[in-house]
Amino acid sequence: MSEIHMHIDGAQVLATEGMTVLEASRKAGISIPTLCHHEALKPFGGCRLCLVEAGLHGRKRLVVSCVYLAQDGLVVRTRSQRIDRIRKTLLELLLAHAPDSPQLQDLAVEYGASRGRFEKEPSFCIHCGLCVRYCDEVKGKGAIGFINRGFKKEISFIPRIAARECPTCKECFPLCPTSWLQAAFVLVEAFSFKQQKEVLSKST
Amino acid sequence: MEMDRIDQIVDRYRAEPSALIQVLLDIQAMFHWLPTEALERVSRSLGVPMARIRHIATFYKAFSLAPRGRHEIHLCMGTACHVRGAPRVLDSLTEVTGIGPGETDLDLDFSLETVNCLGCCALGPVMEIDGKTHGKMSPARAAAVVESYK
Ligand code: SF4
Ligand code: FES
Repeated sequence: MSEIHMHIDGAQVLATEGMTVLEASRKAGISIPTLCHHEALKPFGGCRLCLVEAGLHGRKRLVVSCVYLAQDGLVVRTRSQRIDRIRKTLLELLLAHAPDSPQLQDLAVEYGASRGRFEKEPSFCIHCGLCVRYCDEVKGKGAIGFINRGFKKEISFIPRIAARECPTCKECFPLCPTSWLQAAFVLVEAFSFKQQKEVLSKST
Repeated sequence: MEMDRIDQIVDRYRAEPSALIQVLLDIQAMFHWLPTEALERVSRSLGVPMARIRHIATFYKAFSLAPRGRHEIHLCMGTACHVRGAPRVLDSLTEVTGIGPGETDLDLDFSLETVNCLGCCALGPVMEIDGKTHGKMSPARAAAVVESYK
């Protein structure tokens, strides 16, 4: 594996090939805020909060650090007025959906994001995909997935699989930044688990 | 559920996971919807998780997870058709079929859908049934066309 030399916020950082800018920064102890990133999961690039300025030879542009690969000679800035302004707006948009998420609130304090900038639209899920990807990539169960698209996109348990797998697992619960996942689980449990258990017991 | 027919469709694409959308389109064309049993069968034979299949099946408007009618009526409500009287054509369609936009009748004869442009504004108001275009519709002519499909 070849070595990659980069500059992040003025510091010399050593990365290895295949590393993302986010990983290289974190390894060097430089923190970048993330919502949809998880070390055990494949890069997703959903929340865009981890965006940074990066460039070669003095030209810089905005890149999403959790999916952008480290590159020799890359100069990265993890904070600037421009970045902070974008993160603030992103947080304000997310807060319209999940105003009481502790993670969002902490970040809001740091970036001066206000809860009331956009009209409230409490759909709670912020589409980080952590639950969906964890169930698929780590557990290989696929008990939960996304349905629909655009502003109608939502998570949805698959009752047949969820009734069998979830009661003894629930490992995705602590990952959710908004607790919507737990609420959705309680709903699917109430609506369909009894029926699914009857199906399961008949088929075995 | 006629699983043989599902298997035939899957075999047509040599059980290639990348052919998922084609498989779903064929099932949709055959049954006019995507029954859960069929999707579970496809999930097993293509090795694609149910969660992914449901995401795709709910993403595209071409798919339906509830039964749809044998004949699909698309009525254009785009600007050109609208000013030429599409709303009145819609009223007349609702009268002869008994269903409104987005609905399917209980005999599964028709599903009615309004769309925003069919791309042939000069023919407006335009209606499409099972992909066949019917132009210059008046409320009476639209009703007559639908009757001919009954
Ligand atoms: S339910 Fe929670 S973990 Fe799952 S996608 Fe939505 S916000 Fe993320
Ligand atoms: S952490 Fe990079 S886009 Fe969400």
